[in-house]
Amino acid sequence: MSSEARFRYVLRLADTSLVLGQRLGEWVGHAPALEEDLALANIALDLIGQARLFLAYAGELEGRGRTEDALAFLRDAPEFYNVSLAEQPNEDFGHTIVRQFLIDAWQLELYEALSGSTDTRLAEIAAKAVKETRYHLRFSSGWLIRLGDGTAESHGRVEQALDALWRFTDELLTPDALDEQMAAAGIGPSLAMLRPRWEERVGAVLDEATLKRPAASQYPWHGKRGVHSEHLGHMLAEMQHLPRTFPGATW
Amino acid sequence: MNGTLAQPPRASAPDPREERVWQVLRSVMDPEIPVLSVIDLGIVRYVRGEAGGLRVGITPTYSGCPATEVIQRSIREALARAGLQETVLETVLSPPWSSEWLTEEGRRKLEAFGIAAPTARAASAVSCPRCGCQDVERVSEFGSTPCKAHYRCHECLEPFDVFKCI
Repeated sequence: MSSEARFRYVLRLADTSLVLGQRLGEWVGHAPALEEDLALANIALDLIGQARLFLAYAGELEGRGRTEDALAFLRDAPEFYNVSLAEQPNEDFGHTIVRQFLIDAWQLELYEALSGSTDTRLAEIAAKAVKETRYHLRFSSGWLIRLGDGTAESHGRVEQALDALWRFTDELLTPDALDEQMAAAGIGPSLAMLRPRWEERVGAVLDEATLKRPAASQYPWHGKRGVHSEHLGHMLAEMQHLPRTFPGATW
Repeated sequence: MNGTLAQPPRASAPDPREERVWQVLRSVMDPEIPVLSVIDLGIVRYVRGEAGGLRVGITPTYSGCPATEVIQRSIREALARAGLQETVLETVLSPPWSSEWLTEEGRRKLEAFGIAAPTARAASAVSCPRCGCQDVERVSEFGSTPCKAHYRCHECLEPFDVFKCI
């Protein structure tokens, strides 16, 4: 297998965590309560920490001397390979919780599987991330149940968010050529095998939250191939502003 | 777990510099919980003196813990002050750090500092570090740092932190 393929696969893992972590960071100082502000910031830190481990490894695989910072701050949107769901805007707290829940449930399955990867570096990072993702999922599931099974207003908001975001979930679970290549090499999991476990996990929480599972649908854009919604560019503009304006700045 | 347990089996006698490194490490404190040394935290995986030099293995607690870099810098500075500046720090990810690696002494220091120690996985009772009462409530699984959860005691009514169990 080419190291280019592995590099790109590791970037997918890195970018989903990085982009989602940056999104959650936008909540700092704005969450509905101090406890939730802290929780979202804590989860953001975990995600960015995971992204750093993946990015450092990606830089080594590429072998062109790019550091984790260079990969995070000096790539443009088409060179990011995060799943499209991660870059969707925060909207309200319920919307953020739905996005977080759908990705947490997926990352938990993904990291559990990756812990057994033939790529020992990926297996090590994933084994560490699993522990963190477990309590991320407890947090997002707890809130989804509270909001879904809450008032008419909270139920309506998360129902709307679920309907809006569900179409992005197909990308998480549908393998493309690179996913299949990695699964064949024992590096990445088979997404087809992940799908039923994810659906079961998500379905159980949706039931408890009294939310209906939206009908299957597909979104035409594919973040993991570098094709993004306009939201990512705006997010990167903010995230990358400082290191691009002042190259080499340290603080 | 005592950090020394992580030492690999060796054929030759230990390098005398190793004990000095352990001594220095006992004085390097966590910037977020300043009563705990890096040894108390259980993040030092090994100290190895070899012909090539001294190597220290450090494991991060949480992937996103901002204290990790500060701790590494503190360790480097403390070793340099002790004349051990040639020591190489290595990051060890596997197996991932667990709160069970906190030493007994570390747990006692935490409690005395007002932070409830992580409970063993089997027994889940958290008690208030101030009054010892077990009638407590979890306010949030996330606290002021990645390693802490936020609780409240129903007896003395005080809020307190709990070192998370992972």
